[in-house]
Amino acid sequence: MPTIYIDGQAIEVKQGENVLEACLNAGMDLPYFCWHPSMGSIGSCRQCALVQYQNEEDTQGRIIMGCMTPVSEGARFSLKAENATEFREAVVESLMLNHPHDCPVCAEGGECHLQDMTVMVGHRDRRYTGKKNTHRNQYLGPLIHHEMNRCIACYRCERYYKDYAGGKDLGAQASHDHVYFGRHEEGILESEFSGNLVEVCPTGVFTDKPFLKQYSRKWDLQSAPSICHGCAVGCNIAPGERYGKVKRVHNRYHDEVNGYFICDRGRFGSGYLNSKLRLDYSGIKKSDGSFLAVHQKQALETAASWISGKKVAGIGSPRASLEANYLLREMVGKNNFSAGSSDLEATLVGSILSILQTTTAVNPSIKKMETADAVLILGEDVTNTAPRVALALRQAVRNKAFELAEQMGLPLWQDAAVRNLAQDNLSPLIIVSAMDTRLDDISSNSISLAPHEIATFGRAVAGALNGEKTDDPDVISTAEILKNAKNPLIISGSSMGSQDVINSAVEVAEAISKPETMLSFCVSECNSMGSALLAQDGGVSLADIIKRAPKLDALIVLENDLYRRGKRSEIDQLLDSGIKIISLDVYENRTLDGSHLVLPAASYAESQGTLVSSEGRAQRFYPVHSPSHERLQSWEWLLELAKLTGNKKLSKLENLDDVVSTCAKDNLALKKIVDVAPKNSYRSSGSKVPRQTHRFSGRTAIHSDVSVHEPQQPKDHDSPLSYSMEGLNRDQPASLTPFVWSPGWNSNQSLQKFQSEVDGPLKGGSSGVRLIASSSKGSKVFSESEEFELKAHQWHLVPAHQIFGSDELSAHTEEMAELAGRGFIAIGQKVAEKLGVKQGDGLLVQHGDVRCSLEVKVLSRVAKNCVGYSVGYEETQELTPGCLVSLQVDKDWRRTSPEVIASDKTALGHIASDGGGAYG
Amino acid sequence: MAELLPVILALTILVSGVAGAAILTWFERRLLGVWQDRYGPNRLGPLGIGQVLADMIKLLFKDDWIPPFSDRVVFIFAPTAIVVAMMMGFAVVPFAPQMMIIDVNIGLLFFLGMTSLAVYSVLLGGLASNNKYALLGGLRSAAQMVSYEVFMGLSLMGVVMITGSFSLVDIVEAQADIWFCFTQILGLFVFVIAGIAESHRLPFDLPEAEHELTAGFHTEYGGMKFAMFMLGEYLGLMLISCMIVTLFFGGWHSPISLGDGLPPFFWFSFKTFVVICFFVLLRAAIPRPRYDQLMSLGWKVMLPITLVNILITGAVLLWMEGAV
Amino acid sequence: MLSELRTMWEVLKHTFTKAETVEYPEQMPYLAPRYRGRIVLTRDPDGEERCVACNLCAAACPVDCIALQKDTREDGTWYPEFFRINFSRCIMCGMCEEACPTYAIQLTPDFEMCEYDRQNMVYEKEHLLINGVGKYPDYNFYRVSGMQTASKDKGEALNEERPIDTRSLLP
Repeated sequence: MPTIYIDGQAIEVKQGENVLEACLNAGMDLPYFCWHPSMGSIGSCRQCALVQYQNEEDTQGRIIMGCMTPVSEGARFSLKAENATEFREAVVESLMLNHPHDCPVCAEGGECHLQDMTVMVGHRDRRYTGKKNTHRNQYLGPLIHHEMNRCIACYRCERYYKDYAGGKDLGAQASHDHVYFGRHEEGILESEFSGNLVEVCPTGVFTDKPFLKQYSRKWDLQSAPSICHGCAVGCNIAPGERYGKVKRVHNRYHDEVNGYFICDRGRFGSGYLNSKLRLDYSGIKKSDGSFLAVHQKQALETAASWISGKKVAGIGSPRASLEANYLLREMVGKNNFSAGSSDLEATLVGSILSILQTTTAVNPSIKKMETADAVLILGEDVTNTAPRVALALRQAVRNKAFELAEQMGLPLWQDAAVRNLAQDNLSPLIIVSAMDTRLDDISSNSISLAPHEIATFGRAVAGALNGEKTDDPDVISTAEILKNAKNPLIISGSSMGSQDVINSAVEVAEAISKPETMLSFCVSECNSMGSALLAQDGGVSLADIIKRAPKLDALIVLENDLYRRGKRSEIDQLLDSGIKIISLDVYENRTLDGSHLVLPAASYAESQGTLVSSEGRAQRFYPVHSPSHERLQSWEWLLELAKLTGNKKLSKLENLDDVVSTCAKDNLALKKIVDVAPKNSYRSSGSKVPRQTHRFSGRTAIHSDVSVHEPQQPKDHDSPLSYSMEGLNRDQPASLTPFVWSPGWNSNQSLQKFQSEVDGPLKGGSSGVRLIASSSKGSKVFSESEEFELKAHQWHLVPAHQIFGSDELSAHTEEMAELAGRGFIAIGQKVAEKLGVKQGDGLLVQHGDVRCSLEVKVLSRVAKNCVGYSVGYEETQELTPGCLVSLQVDKDWRRTSPEVIASDKTALGHIASDGGGAYG
Repeated sequence: MAELLPVILALTILVSGVAGAAILTWFERRLLGVWQDRYGPNRLGPLGIGQVLADMIKLLFKDDWIPPFSDRVVFIFAPTAIVVAMMMGFAVVPFAPQMMIIDVNIGLLFFLGMTSLAVYSVLLGGLASNNKYALLGGLRSAAQMVSYEVFMGLSLMGVVMITGSFSLVDIVEAQADIWFCFTQILGLFVFVIAGIAESHRLPFDLPEAEHELTAGFHTEYGGMKFAMFMLGEYLGLMLISCMIVTLFFGGWHSPISLGDGLPPFFWFSFKTFVVICFFVLLRAAIPRPRYDQLMSLGWKVMLPITLVNILITGAVLLWMEGAV
Repeated sequence: MLSELRTMWEVLKHTFTKAETVEYPEQMPYLAPRYRGRIVLTRDPDGEERCVACNLCAAACPVDCIALQKDTREDGTWYPEFFRINFSRCIMCGMCEEACPTYAIQLTPDFEMCEYDRQNMVYEKEHLLINGVGKYPDYNFYRVSGMQTASKDKGEALNEERPIDTRSLLP
C-alpha cells in the first residue's frame, strides 16, 4: 500500500489506482467529468486537475490530471493549491461558454453533475461576452430525449454507448468546438442499454423521455430500494414516485449484480404501473359478465365464504414474490398448489435449479462473469433474455485487452491506451444459437443450429474435452478455446424450451474440469428461481390442476395470466369448469375476465417481497409508495384471507417478517431468506430510513386540492423504511438505500460517497443472499437427442425472445409496445427468397389447427429448417417452441410503414430533422 | 339602619369590585395603548368601552371545559379561591371615615392573611391542571409568593410601630399630619414591589410568563374559570392599590388643606386611581426579570432593606421617646 | 434601578405622543410594490404563461405549500399542468419569488385574502394566473434560454450563433 500526500495529508492508497480515485476514496471532493469508475480515464475534460510536487522542497509544482496520474509511493499533490483551484474553475468557465441558459427547463436540473461541479469549483460570473454555439437536436426514439446545446464534450456518452455497451449508432461528429454527439441520422437508438446514457451524461444532453413527460425533480421523488421485475437477473433499481405515479426508474448500484447499468426494459418498462389497465378495486362478477366493484372487506368475506372448508387449489406465479407464493401454498396445501409456470418452463427451471445445486462448476454473479476469458453460449440470445448479462459479456470479451495491457504494464484504467493497444483483439465468445443474436458482433464464432442440434453440439464439445475424436472444426476449436481458458464461462437457459440444451451445457462445463469454470443459466421471469425453490419442496403441475379442476370448489390464481402458461383451450376449460375462480393481479387480463372475484394486487412498486434471481440471489424489494385505491399487497390479501378462513398457522402471522421467518422455517432451501434484508425493527441512527429526500417539496399542498387538512403520512409497518423525509439516508445496510445523495453531490455521481471504495461494494455491504449452494458432486444429467422427421415445407419453430415485448408486464408500457412492434416470424434470407417475401410482409403460420398471420423479419443467419417467432406477443400466444409449422404467404397482409409517433414529432419536426444542414 | 350599613357597603363593594375589575381590563389596555403609541380597544362603543361587555359575553358563553386529565374538584375550586380571598381583603379597607365594612383592630393582619391565601389558588390551579406548564407556573408562584410574603409583612412593621396599632383606621388617622410615604420611604418601596409580586402583575408575572410557560398556571383554564382568575388578579391589583393608599398615602386625607371641600372618599379613590396607573406604567415600561433574578432581588435586596427599615424606625422611635 | 426609573419616565413621556396606528380598514395603509402579499403567476410580454414548472419555488418554500406538475406544450416548452399554493400554510416569505428563474411567481401588495372556509385558501393555477407581467415588464425566459420553441428556432436566443452544421469542414 503506497502512501501519497495530498495537501500534506498522508493517504494510504491502493497500488495501481490513479490519483482521482485515491482522492475520492479518501473522501475528498475533486471535481471530474469524463472519468467513470466502470469506463476508466481518458483525461479529456481536464477537470480533475491537481498540483504535483517533485519533493518536499518543491513549492512550484506542476498541474497534472488526477485521473491520468498513477499513484506512486511518496508522491505529493495538492488539491487546494491556488493554481489548481483556479485551473479547475477556468475549465468549468470554459465549459459553460456555450452552455444554454436553460436549467429550469432541463430534466437534469437538480441532479446535474455539471451544476454540482460548477458550484464545487466556485465559478459564478460569466465573463465571455461572445455568442454561444448551438446545435440541432435529434429524434433518438421514444426513450431518450436529446438536447445537444447542453453538451460539454466529455465524451462519456460515446465511450459508454460504443465502447462499453457495444452500440454502433451514436458517436462524436465534427471537430473542435463543433463536436456533436448523435446518430448519423435521426432514428431510434439501437442499443438495448441506451437508457444508461441518461445516467452517464454529466449534464442534460440525454434525458429520460418518458420521465420528461411527467417530470418531477429528483428531490421531489419518493424512492425505495427495489428489484427489477423485468427478467430473472435481479438488477437493483430505485423507482421514483410522486403524486401516486411511478415516474422513473433509476439504476441502484449493486457491486455484484448490475453495477452502474441496467437495460432499457428495466429502466423504461415500468410505465404499465400508471396504465389504465391497472386494477383499483375488487370486483365480483355479475351474471351478465361485468364486474361489480366492492370494498376490500366485502371482497375478502366473499372469498372466504367460497373457500373456507372447501376443496381449494391455488396457482402461484413466477412474477409474484416468494412470500405471496408461499402463503398461497400454505393456504391450499402442497398437493393443491402449482407454482404457476407452464409445465415445460417448470420442468426446465426445476432442472436448472437441481443442476446448480449439484454442479462442480461455479455459479457466477454478473460481476464474476465479467472476468471470463472465454465464453460459450448455448442457445440463448442473452441480450433479449437476460440483458444485463449481455452487457457483462461485452466486458468479458475485453479481458484479452486487459491481458495485453498487463503485459505492457499499462494501468487498466488508461482506457484509450488499453483500447488502442488491443485494437480488435477480443476474448473468445462462441455463440451457438438458432439465429441472430445481439452479441454476434463481438462473437469469435457464431454457429447457427436448430435447438436439438445445439444440444448435440454441446455434447460433442464435452466429448472433445474428454478426449473423444471429432471432425467438426467448430467443435474442435470450441473445445480448444475452453480448454485453454483460465476462467471459462458457459451460458445456457430455458428460453429454447429444450432440456437437452441445458443438459449439454452442464456436460460441457463439467467436462472442462477446472475449478474456475463458470456455468450460468438464464431463466425467464423475475421469480422463476424462487418458484422452483418452492416447488422443490412439493407442489403439482399446472396440468394436474387443470385435470382436477372439476372436482374442486374454488381456485385461487395469484398474479398470473394463465393464458400465457398453457393452451387457450385448456385454460378456457379451466376457467369455465364451474368452480369459483378468485384472481389477484395488478392489471386487467384475460384470466381476470374469466374469474368470479378479482382482487386488485399492489404492483412491485407498492409492495414488499423477496425475489430469487437466476443466480439464486434472494433480494428484497420495498414499496416505493403505499398502495393506492383499494389495492393490497398480494401477501396481505392472502394473509387476510387465511385469517378469515381460520387457518391456524397463518393467523398467527402479523407482518412480512413473520411470513418470511415461517417460510424460512418450512423450506430448507429458503432457510437464508431471513438474512436477505434487515428486519422491520431495524433503525438507522434511531429512526427509519427515509424514502423522501430532505428537500421533498409540497408536502402541505400535494393533497390540499382534496382537503386542506393534511392527512398523516402513510405508515409502513412492514419495513424499516418510512414515507417521510425524516431520518438519515446514510450508514444503513445496502439493501435499504432508496437513493443516493450527498452534500454537494446532487447527481447520481454521489454514489461514490456510498461506496466503500471506488467501484467497490456499498458501505452497507452487498445486498441479497445467495440461496443456491452447490454440493459440487457433479450433476447427473442424462440426455438423448430427439430425432425429427421434417416433411417438406415444414419448419421448426424456435422461440425468439424480445427485450421489448416478450415480458408480460413491461409490454403494457406505451414506449415498450412501440419498440416491440408487431409479433413477427423470423426467417433466413434463403427462405425469404424461396417464399418470395421481404421484411415487413406477412406470413401465415400454421400448426395443426393453429393459424396466425405474422410479420416477416429477415435475419442474416438462421439455422437450417428453423424459423423464429416472437415470444410473448399477443399474436403468437398459440405458438409453442419446437412445434413444426408450415408457412404460407399471407395475401391479405397490409404492410405498416414505420409509424410516426405523435408525441415526438412536434410542430417543429421539420426544423428539428434537418440536422443543421439548412444553414450549412 | 346602622346595622344594615356594612351589609349594603359589602354588597356595593362586591358589585363595584367586579365591575371595577372588568372596566380595569379595558382601562389598562387603553392606557397601555397611550404609552405604547397606539389606541388599544377603540372599536366597541365610545372609546371602546363596549369591549368590556364583549369580553364578558365571550367569557360567559365559552364552553365550560374541564380537562379530563385534571383533578376536577381542585380545578374548579382554585379560581374561586382567589376571588373570595381578594374580596374578603376589601372588608377591612377604610374608604372614608365610617365607610368600611368592619374596623377590626387587626385589620392589617387580616389583609395580609387574605392576600397570602391567594397563593393557594394559583398553586392548586397549577397542580390540578395536570399540565407541565401549569405545574411550573404553580411552583414558581408558590416560591415567589412565599418569599415576598415575608418582607411584605415586615415592610409594614414600620408603619405599625409608628402608629402603634394594626387597625387600618388608626393608621390612616395617624397620617393626618404627615403621610407615611415620607417617613416610611423604604417601607413603601418594599411594599410596592412585594405588592406587585403578590398580585403577580407584570413585571413579576413569572407564574404565567407566556413566553416560556404558555400561560403558566392557568394554561388549561378557559371561559368563566379563566375569567375568575383574571377577576382575582384585577381585584388583587385594586386591593394592593387601596392598601398602598391606606398605609402610605394618608388614606382618605386630602393631600393639602386645599382639598378639604371634597369628600374623603374622593381623595381615597383618586389616590387609588393614581397608584393603579402607576402599576400600569410599570407594566408598560419594565421587562420581566429572570426567575433567579426575582428570587435574589427578594432575598438579597428586599429582605435586608426591610430589616434596615425596621431597625431605623425603631431607633428613631426610641430616640424620639428618649428625647421626650 | 436608575435605568428602570428612566425607562418609566421615557414611557410616561409617550402620554403626549400621537398613536402610530393606521385605522385599517377605514384608512388603507400604503403598501410598497415589493410588499409580500398574495402570490400571483404572471405572463410574459407575449401573453404566455411565464412559469416553466421548474419546481424551484416548491423547493425553496420553507413551509412546502407549493405543489405543481410539469407538462409540455406542443413545441416542447414546459408549463405547469397544475400549480397549487396552499395559502393557509403560506407565510409570505417571498422565497419562491427569489427562487423563480423566470419572474413567473411574484408577490403582490394584497393581503386581504381571508376566508371563512380554509379550503378556499387553496389556490389553483386559474386563481393564481394574472393577465400581466407584474413587476418585470420585459423578461421572457424563452428568448434568453437556448431551448427551441414555436416562435424561436435554435440559435435565435440571446447571444446565440446559428446552429452548427456538423457536416461542414469549415473551421
